[in-house]
Amino acid sequence: MTPAGARRIGLRLENIDKRYGGLYALRRVSLEIAPGECVALAGRNGSGKTTLLRIAAQLVRPSAGKLTFSPAQTEAAPATKNTGFVAHATMVYDELTAEENLLLFARLLEIPEPAQRVESLLRDVGLFERRDSLVRTFSRGMRQRVAIARALLHEPSVLLLDEPGTGLDPQGVRRLRDAGSTILMSLHGESEISALATRAIRLDAGAVVADTQSGGNLRSILTFADA
Amino acid sequence: MSLLSNTTVLLGKELRTEFRSRELLTTTIVFVLIVIVLFSFNLNPTTEESRHFGPGLLWLAFLFAASLMLQPCFVREQNNDTLSSLRLSVSDPFAIFLSKLCANTLFLLLMELLLLPIFAVLYNVPLLGVFPQLILVLSLGSLGLSVTGTAVSAISAQARMRELLLPLLLLPLWIPLLLPGTEATAALLSEDPVLRWDWIAILLVFDIIFLTAVWLFGEYLLEE
Repeated sequence: MTPAGARRIGLRLENIDKRYGGLYALRRVSLEIAPGECVALAGRNGSGKTTLLRIAAQLVRPSAGKLTFSPAQTEAAPATKNTGFVAHATMVYDELTAEENLLLFARLLEIPEPAQRVESLLRDVGLFERRDSLVRTFSRGMRQRVAIARALLHEPSVLLLDEPGTGLDPQGVRRLRDAGSTILMSLHGESEISALATRAIRLDAGAVVADTQSGGNLRSILTFADA
Repeated sequence: MSLLSNTTVLLGKELRTEFRSRELLTTTIVFVLIVIVLFSFNLNPTTEESRHFGPGLLWLAFLFAASLMLQPCFVREQNNDTLSSLRLSVSDPFAIFLSKLCANTLFLLLMELLLLPIFAVLYNVPLLGVFPQLILVLSLGSLGLSVTGTAVSAISAQARMRELLLPLLLLPLWIPLLLPGTEATAALLSEDPVLRWDWIAILLVFDIIFLTAVWLFGEYLLEE
């Protein structure tokens, strides 16, 4: 597998709107995230963080505006296949075991020697001993660890984390950041993970209201200190 | 190649999860069994009567069973948002649709194969002589039910009143399938069995039209 650092990818969102009926989830959001940047998204519930992440993952089509990747993605290597996404939901199958889940996604992602990669990830997230157990028998934290292992299977060039919470090893994220992965994560306040951020952006009612790149303070953006 | 390999991997997942839970097969087999047994005991039909209304009864039972089977096909993917993880992992999103289509067709055929002998015994209709021809009719019919059913299931899974929406959209769509299916089966169950190619052609055309439409627009069906 090509290491993530070998295919650094940046994101550019231009005037993105997302409407659900008459309700704006995002309003004219423009952001440029450079390859290798680690960006923390802050904002209250309903501020548009999840929608922004799902648009960046190309799971949701914006109502207006444009999402582009740099360098431009070819059809042979679509951006979705370079993206790792950890959401609120676990995005894995309860009826499959931890190992079956990871093998399924490893094969879909066409990872060479999938069994070895899966074994190594299961050891990393501390679930190797429970690899043959059905995910439905896992605790919430264990399910989250399977979800994180799934997102990291292909060492993604773009990692999107939607309030990852429990189970996410900050060292794993640091490794990916240091290897050149672009990381966009929505967070609630300061945490071990937020310490990895090199930039912070705050959303309010679907619009960007603060950005360290425009002179905002990273800590105050994350903690709403000036709100 | 990616489409084929992704579809194979996903079909394996569909079969594994179904044979582990047996949720869809059990529900539909029990449903069709109840319909066939109840009608048989109530009407106690002669062979001649069975030849007359049996095909219609059989197809109606299969049709309602299919609507039961197809309802959860995409709803299951919403429980843990697994549809999103699949969309992020496959090279061609059509593979997600194709694997579900293949799995649904296989499940329908399996259900039909299990219930045909029971129908033959309870309704005194000899099926052995026309079994291969009957399998051809049922395969084309099941494919048609699955193509349209899987597509509508993908659409309705994102709607709030999906339990109501699926049969509302599906049943009118299935009428052009029910008529040739019933007629072709009736011709096979008659005293002088004959394979009616005109009805087979209609079934085939139905399948090709909907397969093409789904191939062209399938990607949009999976979007949020």
